[in-house]
Amino acid sequence: MTKRLISDLGGLPAGSIDRSEHEPTMTERRIDAMMILLRAKPRSFWASDENRRTIESLEPKTYAESAYYERWVLAMKGLLLEKGILTEAELDAKVSEVRSREQMAKI
Amino acid sequence: MTNLFNIGDHVRVGDALPPGHIRTPMFLRGCKGTIIKHFGSFPNPERLAYGLSGLPKINLYQVLFEMDEAWNGNGDYEDRDTITADIYETWLEAI
Amino acid sequence: MSSHSKDHDHGHDHTAFQKDITEPKEDWEFLEIAIRELLIEKNVLSAREIQDEIEAWEKKNPEKGAEIIARSWVDDDFKNRLLSDGNKAVAELGFTVESLKLVALENTYEIHHMVVCTLCSCYPRTLLGVPPLWYKSREYRSRAVREPRAVLREFGTAIPESVEIRVVDSTADCRYLVIPKRPANTEKMSEGELVKLITRDSMIGTAEALDQHGKRS
Repeated sequence: MTKRLISDLGGLPAGSIDRSEHEPTMTERRIDAMMILLRAKPRSFWASDENRRTIESLEPKTYAESAYYERWVLAMKGLLLEKGILTEAELDAKVSEVRSREQMAKI
Repeated sequence: MTNLFNIGDHVRVGDALPPGHIRTPMFLRGCKGTIIKHFGSFPNPERLAYGLSGLPKINLYQVLFEMDEAWNGNGDYEDRDTITADIYETWLEAI
Repeated sequence: MSSHSKDHDHGHDHTAFQKDITEPKEDWEFLEIAIRELLIEKNVLSAREIQDEIEAWEKKNPEKGAEIIARSWVDDDFKNRLLSDGNKAVAELGFTVESLKLVALENTYEIHHMVVCTLCSCYPRTLLGVPPLWYKSREYRSRAVREPRAVLREFGTAIPESVEIRVVDSTADCRYLVIPKRPANTEKMSEGELVKLITRDSMIGTAEALDQHGKRS
């Protein structure tokens, strides 16, 4: 059994390259912006390599099937919990709150 | 930090399979290449990944490989085509 | 997918958080909202800072890189400085690439460089903006190092057999910027006109610069 990282792709078989262009959505832009702010000075909560390590620790299925910024937001969550900046309980509560609020907005 | 290798030195990439965050791609492990550039020294990413300082800094080199070294003919390339990767000194040995 | 195209008037300003045009649907989109609201409530980040950061990134796009390449085409001394110390050379034009080493690679009639990051998606974002989806894709990252000729054919880029293709795997603290070959018959063009021939893909190395008419050669 090799210990190949899920992110280490060089040379693996893969299909044709989808070259369609994509303008980032607001969600993607915000994830990008928050990641940079959390990582940069003065906060320096974590290094790029911690971000990469967290992405590499995702379930292989999640890594393979998720969108790029989905992996980023999952890594951000992991690191915010790991560093004690947020707790699992407050994050769960907030996700529920956001979901019910968005549901209400649709009615 | 002393520079371990000079431009033109022949090196082999380590073929270890340690767990954890690693920046040496699997397809180059154990391959022979040539040092073409010394970039200076940088914090060790294998330690930075776990919230450590990564100090002392380690040397980073650009290493040039023949395509056949990695793929042994099993790819879509010409004989003259090459690959480079940036590899930290801890993964390189002189040959 | 394009919910926020720049080339139409979408009737809202960028100074406050607007609702996404598409409602959040996926778990990870709800997660983003939750993380953001908590970080703001707890004064870890402010909404203003997030918005400023988004706007700062919108200003980073391949035209920055193209300005640098165009200068290198018209000024050999600048090109030599760019090749020997990328960070220092681009600083002359007002660009800073922090904490990473900027390395320029010159494409010629003998060698064609093509950049990939097989381990994640390292990219000179300060100079080229956010990488295209294909650059981050499993397909490009897997295949570029093993079948570069097939990948270039897929991109419609014909590189003669006599030219060495050098695939540059961006595995560490360097960020690579390709200097594409200056197209023929462009001697009389101004730097500003040349900028228009220098595409994002030509600075990654999956394409060549456009020809003197602004067409793919």
